[in-house]
Amino acid sequence: MMSPSYLDLRRRLTERDRSLREKVMSLTEAASLVKDGDTVGIGGSTLSRTPMAMIWALIRARRKTLTCARGITSSEGDWLLGSGACDRVVTSWFSQGIVWGISKVMRYYVESGAVRFDEWSHMAMGMRFKAGAMGVPFLPMRSMLGSDVMRQRPEAREMDCPFSGDRLLLVPALNPDVALIHVQRCDAYGNAQIDGLQFLDIDLAMAANRVILTTERIISNDQIRRAPDQTKIPFFAVEAVVEVPFGCAPHECSGAYEPVYEHMDYYTALVNNNPVDGMQEYLDRYVYGPASWVDYLNLLGLNALLDAARRGRSVSNA
Amino acid sequence: MPSTGDYTASELLAVMSSRLLEDGQIVFAGVGIPLLAATLAQGLHCPSLTILFEGGVIGPVIEPGKLPPSTNEQRCTIHANMVLGSTDVLLLLQRGYVDVGFMGGAQIDQHGNLNSSFIGDPARPKTRLPGTGGGNDIASLAQMIVAMKHEKRRFVENVDFVTSPGFLRGGNSRRDSGLPAGGMYRVVTDLGIFGFDDETKRMKILALHAGITVAQVQENTGFQLAAAPDMGVTEAPTDRELEFLRRLDPDRLYTA
Repeated sequence: MMSPSYLDLRRRLTERDRSLREKVMSLTEAASLVKDGDTVGIGGSTLSRTPMAMIWALIRARRKTLTCARGITSSEGDWLLGSGACDRVVTSWFSQGIVWGISKVMRYYVESGAVRFDEWSHMAMGMRFKAGAMGVPFLPMRSMLGSDVMRQRPEAREMDCPFSGDRLLLVPALNPDVALIHVQRCDAYGNAQIDGLQFLDIDLAMAANRVILTTERIISNDQIRRAPDQTKIPFFAVEAVVEVPFGCAPHECSGAYEPVYEHMDYYTALVNNNPVDGMQEYLDRYVYGPASWVDYLNLLGLNALLDAARRGRSVSNA
Repeated sequence: MPSTGDYTASELLAVMSSRLLEDGQIVFAGVGIPLLAATLAQGLHCPSLTILFEGGVIGPVIEPGKLPPSTNEQRCTIHANMVLGSTDVLLLLQRGYVDVGFMGGAQIDQHGNLNSSFIGDPARPKTRLPGTGGGNDIASLAQMIVAMKHEKRRFVENVDFVTSPGFLRGGNSRRDSGLPAGGMYRVVTDLGIFGFDDETKRMKILALHAGITVAQVQENTGFQLAAAPDMGVTEAPTDRELEFLRRLDPDRLYTA
């Protein structure tokens, strides 16, 4: 992964139309903005605010050789490996979730050498996006030192601080070609408001060369302007807005729905039992088969989705 | 009063490690036993304990029966004082706000190094494990409590891969590698409680659970363990502790 020079990085922003303009489109149109070989930053963490619908659309568009970077990677990572869309994962942790054990899909592709898994600590992933967002080539930090995680990453460098003499680790900026981020609401221009946990998403959005937003709902620009303090990603970072209710299913979206646990249990049993045929069966039935994302949701079932929504909306009742 | 009823190994781990926490501490907790134990401590003897979660949460109170599947979901934010970015909550470790880092472990060695990345040679691994997550950050920057099952394959002389640093190669090697703060404090297992020698930084037995012998511990450990001269015996879990735990995890998500 060659790091683009600073001037290239700036040019990639200035070449884009950054005016206050509408950019609402379909999942299919948004998928065409991602090119084979791109480095794709993925928002959310583990089972939370995963841009599942957008990833689903990229797989259907038969994208190849993507490098996918996320703080913590869950079952969307399985989909990306099993479909052949991604051949390199940059993350701190990769499995469906601790309650389901180790992902056999991850194991199959990584142990066979078909896919590269670059492991960084979670804070290092965050600092790499933060450096990218700041327009500097690296940031210093004090973890990973002395460990084999550091030894596996020659891209990071140890140095003694010129002021204090302290040993530090310098981690390189990560500026993805594109970031995929799902939010609770945004306007047609891409002003995005996020409820609950932000994870690495704001640094990721500002580090990326462009952002594809999926959103539970599109609100008016007037509504955004009534509460601009709630806006976490500015419109000019965003290249596409796609309205996708339940766009994280079977993962969760804070305040809207919790994970569809039944489906996650079914999915993990299927693919961990047979990471190749089980995954193919899942992709055929749930990714390539449905005519639309709504059809995918139909397969999860109205009962399951309403139950997830009931749980998600009642979390703050406590 | 010690309970006369049965309890699982996971319940024993949760109770024993919760007793190591002190009121007023700021605890960075991982999912599973650490989350349960910190919540148990908060409920029973540490009312002003503050829990931090990697997803970006300060001071939540986990709701019984609504355990999160990781430390990154909305259930982690219930009753929280603040939510913030994941990088920012991890940076609290680096700034020095955190008294205790509290994690589970897949494999540990004589110097308290943890492996959650590879079984076998990393270049051609027999098993690729999920990786560090925030584990490396927590273990690099805070004083650590680790709760894990005591099995010979999990307690090895030297881990295949140092994912989260303990005392590295012992002696001053941790400090000399650029990690001047933190380090392993206690390892809690279903057989006993373990600490580390001040000089050599090798693991040693501090206390055994009732009915457990040194020979039994040695049999389940892949390296020589010395017993502290004042080695004690822990008090069995009480009904109050077990009742609280079972209310917290009625589906036995983490205490099966």
